[in-house]
Amino acid sequence: MIESSTENLKKIKKFAADLRKNILDMALSAGANSSHFGGALSIADIVATLFSTQIKYNKKNPLWEDRDRFILSKGHACLAYYSALSLIGYIEKEKLKTFESNDTELLGHPIINKNLGIEFSTGSLGMGLSLGIGLALAAKKRKKDFKVFVVLGDGECNEGSIWEAAMAAPNLKLDNLNVIIDRNGHQQTGLNKDIMDLGDLKAKWSSFNWHTTELNGHNIFEIYNYFENSKNINKPKLLVANTIKGKGFSFSEDNNTWHHNVLSKTMYEKGIEELKNQNDN
Amino acid sequence: MIINEKNIKIWSTVGPRATLGIAALNLAEEIKDLIVLTCDVSTSAGLDRFRKTYPEKFIELGIAEQNLIGVASGLASENFNVVTTTFAPFQTIRCAEQIKVNLGYMKLNVCMVGIASGLVLGALGYTHCCIEDVGVMRSIPGISIVSPADSLETVKALQAVVKSKIPAYIRLTGGSNNPIVYREDYDFIIGKSIQLKSGKDITIFCTGATVNTALEASLILKDKGISAAVINMHTIKPIDENAVNNACKNTNLIVTVEEHNIIGGLGSAVSECKSKIDKSPKQLFLGVKDIYGKCGDYKFMLDKHRLTKQKIAEDIILNYKK
Repeated sequence: MIESSTENLKKIKKFAADLRKNILDMALSAGANSSHFGGALSIADIVATLFSTQIKYNKKNPLWEDRDRFILSKGHACLAYYSALSLIGYIEKEKLKTFESNDTELLGHPIINKNLGIEFSTGSLGMGLSLGIGLALAAKKRKKDFKVFVVLGDGECNEGSIWEAAMAAPNLKLDNLNVIIDRNGHQQTGLNKDIMDLGDLKAKWSSFNWHTTELNGHNIFEIYNYFENSKNINKPKLLVANTIKGKGFSFSEDNNTWHHNVLSKTMYEKGIEELKNQNDN
Repeated sequence: MIINEKNIKIWSTVGPRATLGIAALNLAEEIKDLIVLTCDVSTSAGLDRFRKTYPEKFIELGIAEQNLIGVASGLASENFNVVTTTFAPFQTIRCAEQIKVNLGYMKLNVCMVGIASGLVLGALGYTHCCIEDVGVMRSIPGISIVSPADSLETVKALQAVVKSKIPAYIRLTGGSNNPIVYREDYDFIIGKSIQLKSGKDITIFCTGATVNTALEASLILKDKGISAAVINMHTIKPIDENAVNNACKNTNLIVTVEEHNIIGGLGSAVSECKSKIDKSPKQLFLGVKDIYGKCGDYKFMLDKHRLTKQKIAEDIILNYKK
């Protein structure tokens, strides 16, 4: 058990490092179009944990009906999503370079493409959780045991539709639904607390009758254990993952100019160097 | 579903909303993966019996229409045959962004039914009347819009949309004791209008509850020497372009009649087709003249907006020159 946990943590660490490398590559390809760099990096360790150890998928068949469903409701963080889908073999590495180019399948917000593992078009904030409820209901109706994972942004929780969905899931008894809020504390034009203070998200969702947990969204040990230990809880599950926007690179960490920014070649090289140093340690 | 004189009479008496519930019950027997979702309107939409008979096929989402469309879309993406329903303004405009992204952009097959659209809820004011839904839905690529003329056509429209699995909006107008347009079964094809009466002078395109009124108006016109063709445009999108082309070729005035704002609805759809035709005849737009006015009961509303048979006929006579 301990051994398999150690193996899995190594897998997550490797996945997260490769994910950040892909994010750098794609941000560079985007060039002057800019990319949503910061919000992709804040979810990198959560996405890495999910895709390397939690989400059931069939490498040869993205349409496998028993697959777990992943929804990136904060669609602008698609750099992390595309990178993960590439690492599990659904998106060819070469294709990542087409990010935001004309006629690409990989726009700045995900477009539904089940062959690439993209379940829905997201980007208009506040919609992913309702879609996830639909999927979780479908699993219940068909007596399937697939799980649904939905990643929300904290800024996204300004949207009223999130709260409509938050109210519905426990009423519908969807214990197969896992929601992760990327609590990086920022949104487009500043800090959550200055723009629309979200207060105690954990307490809010608990009061809606979710099973709630709060942890460090960059501590893969904590994240991994959370998912491993919460599988049999018979309520919809909400994880408030405290994260750092732009996590992983000195120039972008906790710096909101990287919400949507251009990655220069110099920055890129600096990022590659930092990644190398982190992996050596 | 048995379509006979007796049932047609019953459906007409109970009106389109209760008929929706009857039609859904019948569809549930036939379609295994049917799921109906509502926002606290099961009784208003005639779905109480459905809810009790098929609890596993019925989902109550409370008064939360944005979530309604998202949940319906999630189920549709797993190949369920999904019908959503609530009052027309909340079924369409309240959650227009979700409809755009999920049904339009993603092409997820949800059948939305807007109940009590148009002017029937006049006594409740313009929060509950709906004169904008067609305009808003029409501007979203890929969504079909069907507006049944009577209760039988409500049954036929629901069957056609659900079985064809397309993203669509069914707009229900009229109240109980809904006049009967169709007294026996007929072929209903989405996108293909139905000529109910031929005429050589003018063509009246009508939709929803205005179809019966337009037929009655055509009789008044006949007495005044105007021969009017009456066409039931039960599908507003995709619009039947052939029908508009033929009308422009064969008659001298095009009239559109709708319980909707004259901007964005049937009139606009017909006009968009007509504008492609050289030397097409003039068009008279009958409907709500881009205004939120005083409100009252259905009869009062129709009179106020000149949508009674008498006023439709008067406006046509005023505008028609042989």
